[in-house]
Amino acid sequence: MAPNATARLVLQASAALAVVTVWARWIAPHVNPYQLQVINYIGINVVMAVSLNLINGHTGQFSIGHAGFMALGAYGSAAITCYGGPHLLPWLSGTLGLAEGTAKALLLNGAMLAGGGLAALAGVVVGIPTLRLRGDYLAIATLGFGEIIRVIILNLDVVGGARGFTDIPELAGTFWIFLWAFVTVAVIARIVGSTKGLAYLAIREDEVAAEAVGISTTRTKVSAFLLGAFFAGIGGGLFAHNVTYLHTNMFTFMKSIEYIVMVVLGGMGSITGSVVAAVVLTALPEALRAIEKYRMVMYSMLLIVLMLTRPQGLMGRHELSFAAIRRRLAVRKGGASVAGDVP
Amino acid sequence: MSTFVQQVLNGLAWGSVYALIALGYTMVYGVLKLINFAHGEVYMMGAMAGYYVGRWAQKAELPMPLRLPVTLLGAMAACAVLGFLIERFAYRPLRQANRLSVLITAIGVSLLLQNGGQLVFGADPKYFPQVLSYSEVVNTGGVVLSNIQLVIMVTAVALMAALNLFVQKTRSGRAMRAVANDKAAAQLVGISVDRIISLTFVIGSVLAAAAGVLVGLSNPKVDPLMGIMPGLKAFVAAVLGGIGNIPGAMLGGRAARAGRDAGLGDRPLDLP
Repeated sequence: MAPNATARLVLQASAALAVVTVWARWIAPHVNPYQLQVINYIGINVVMAVSLNLINGHTGQFSIGHAGFMALGAYGSAAITCYGGPHLLPWLSGTLGLAEGTAKALLLNGAMLAGGGLAALAGVVVGIPTLRLRGDYLAIATLGFGEIIRVIILNLDVVGGARGFTDIPELAGTFWIFLWAFVTVAVIARIVGSTKGLAYLAIREDEVAAEAVGISTTRTKVSAFLLGAFFAGIGGGLFAHNVTYLHTNMFTFMKSIEYIVMVVLGGMGSITGSVVAAVVLTALPEALRAIEKYRMVMYSMLLIVLMLTRPQGLMGRHELSFAAIRRRLAVRKGGASVAGDVP
Repeated sequence: MSTFVQQVLNGLAWGSVYALIALGYTMVYGVLKLINFAHGEVYMMGAMAGYYVGRWAQKAELPMPLRLPVTLLGAMAACAVLGFLIERFAYRPLRQANRLSVLITAIGVSLLLQNGGQLVFGADPKYFPQVLSYSEVVNTGGVVLSNIQLVIMVTAVALMAALNLFVQKTRSGRAMRAVANDKAAAQLVGISVDRIISLTFVIGSVLAAAAGVLVGLSNPKVDPLMGIMPGLKAFVAAVLGGIGNIPGAMLGGRAARAGRDAGLGDRPLDLP
């Protein structure tokens, strides 16, 4: 395993380098700003869908408050860069003597981590009382939470209130969005694939049995909420610093529903499924723009048809990975050197 | 004090509408354990159907006392068909699948009706035809009860009483309760579960259509997106009353709205 791990690391690093090179050399020059924006949205939605998948897919808890966590991260980080930025940037570049780009990157990531932390804190605060509820009652509690966050922000004048939060510095470009999308996928895949991560799956399969084998179900569920909310906050931070304008209408419960659709359509508990669904469901409404007013009608019909034809989601519970593909291809060669893919 | 009484009265009238919508949620949840997200849109379609039937009634110069019953029945019939079709084509094929898959098709149907509605009916709000001329039944000490509010409350109570009789006294009602209790056991004793589920959807949709027309009477503005917020609020009301529990939904709707109106009056903070 150990030499293989090194080999895999080298392979992954060179794959990432190849992707970046291909993007920068051959794709980026031909992409117009509109297409670039769609690509950025895809990255943000990957962060959101994969983080919701940890809560809804892997742990089997039905949360419809994801937009609330996103809003917390977005507004929290935007408040830091807007109000703290003018003081922090001169300090970072002046007193510490950092290059302007580095200073901005530090500010962006610091603010996003703080926003993610805020969302994670909210996740814990909401999670501890509500995660004792089951099924639809948890759904209501999280729905209520998301709306509470939205209404509170709507009434906060420091972050724009009903006017919306304007003039957020545009710090998060495609690079940061996809870096964080990668980090989200990697962290969540690692956690779910670890021994501890099995606890999430155990709770999804049978909560009583999980409790019986010694898993602290409430603690595990709260930790799923914490992690999911943290990355939702990161997604919100990316969104805020990419779009540069925030309004509470962007974080209604329909937004949460949008992410639930991604998770279920991709396959509950399949990370690659969530990624695929995030890409498809972000690009699809844009691709349908050609048919103008029939766009959303087509979108909703496709949603119904997709769900009717593949009720388990596009990927079911499977993952799309090189190991899985290799296993399919190698007829009888035994994948001993291949680390098992994430369940 | 008179403001308080007036607000409670307004709340009870609106609450009756929510209760009618909430019944659809709670009945479907009872038999299928499904949150029917498309239910708010069925209510919208009820109001739309009522709009067209009401306009026809106006053009055909039906006598005034006949217009409201005709509008109500027309909308209810249209939504009965709609409810049946939604269940048959969007939910029944997924009977064996994960519950969340059905939830997604419900969201799909909801989006389809919202956007299809904008396409077919136009996105601009329409003004509900007058099928009942306004008059004040009670006007004492600053408290006004209009005939529209009275009609809303009486219709809602009558429909709920009818529903209660149906669920408690008829064979189909008993079958419905059996399916809600245990689907497999109900099937074993010879109940056609699919037929009962269809029936539940039809009844829920009929009640939502009635709610749509009643709202059209008091708030004569209908548009394809009008179902979103009432749907959400009625859902909350159904949960408040204990989802799956029919009397709970009846009470929950009124309590949620009356509490909101009495406590908040017309403060801008719009709570569900």
